[in-house]
Amino acid sequence: MTPMQIVFLLVASVTLASAVMVVSTRRMFHAALWLILTLLGVAILFALLESRFFTIVQVVVYVGAIAILVLFAVMLTRHVMSEDQPQLNRSWWIASLATIGLFTGMVLVMRTWPIFTTTQRAVGPGGEDLQKLGFAFVDPSGFMIPFEIVSVLLLAALIGAVFIAAERKGGKG
Amino acid sequence: MNSIPMSWYLVFSIGLFCIGLFGVLARKNAVAIIMGLELMLNAVNVNLLAFWSYLYADGMSGLVFVTIVFAVAAAESAVGLALIISAYRRRNTVIAEDMNVLKG
Repeated sequence: MTPMQIVFLLVASVTLASAVMVVSTRRMFHAALWLILTLLGVAILFALLESRFFTIVQVVVYVGAIAILVLFAVMLTRHVMSEDQPQLNRSWWIASLATIGLFTGMVLVMRTWPIFTTTQRAVGPGGEDLQKLGFAFVDPSGFMIPFEIVSVLLLAALIGAVFIAAERKGGKG
Repeated sequence: MNSIPMSWYLVFSIGLFCIGLFGVLARKNAVAIIMGLELMLNAVNVNLLAFWSYLYADGMSGLVFVTIVFAVAAAESAVGLALIISAYRRRNTVIAEDMNVLKG
């Protein structure tokens, strides 16, 4: 057991436990707070994978924006579901069987890969090369088209979210 | 220096994905379903970055894919939560089973 392995195991177990709390706790507000803990744990795993940029992006985009959005949605739709009624639907056992089956099946398939247990990393100690990533985004022979499509998607999502959530005055409501 | 096998990241990622999938399939509250979706997208990002870090660190495709997943996750949660707020305003429910206007 090296120190890195101990750090990984601690972070991974805390993250998985809080993810279980997200899907199982009765109070929606607590579920949102557990979601924030899960996202922070994933950010630490990104750091362990030597990806500094995406560690920051995970904290800024997920914890800073998406989790706050979820918190707002929880607070705006409070008192609709009482906390003592069941939070899972009738077919939850089919869902749990399906997810356990998917997990065991995926692990069994991945165990047959020869590279599955490799400890040799391709990434250097300096992390990712951000300059190369930036050039790849604006290079017409690289990833310029996907980048532009994602920009249009974000703009469409922005306008669509405002359009859907805006209160119509005088209309059908 | 680094002694964590790639399998640990992959097993963690499939575990997180399965927990999120269970949340999406089994929860009643629509906001909780969106939370499960976020967990699934995070698991995908861990998986992509693990493969990038262990096998394909020379290329940029892994990082570009992770960036696109981030953007899609942001767009998805914004539109999804706006839909939930709108449905709550019109029908006064956030329970996914009760949103059945389109049911034939």
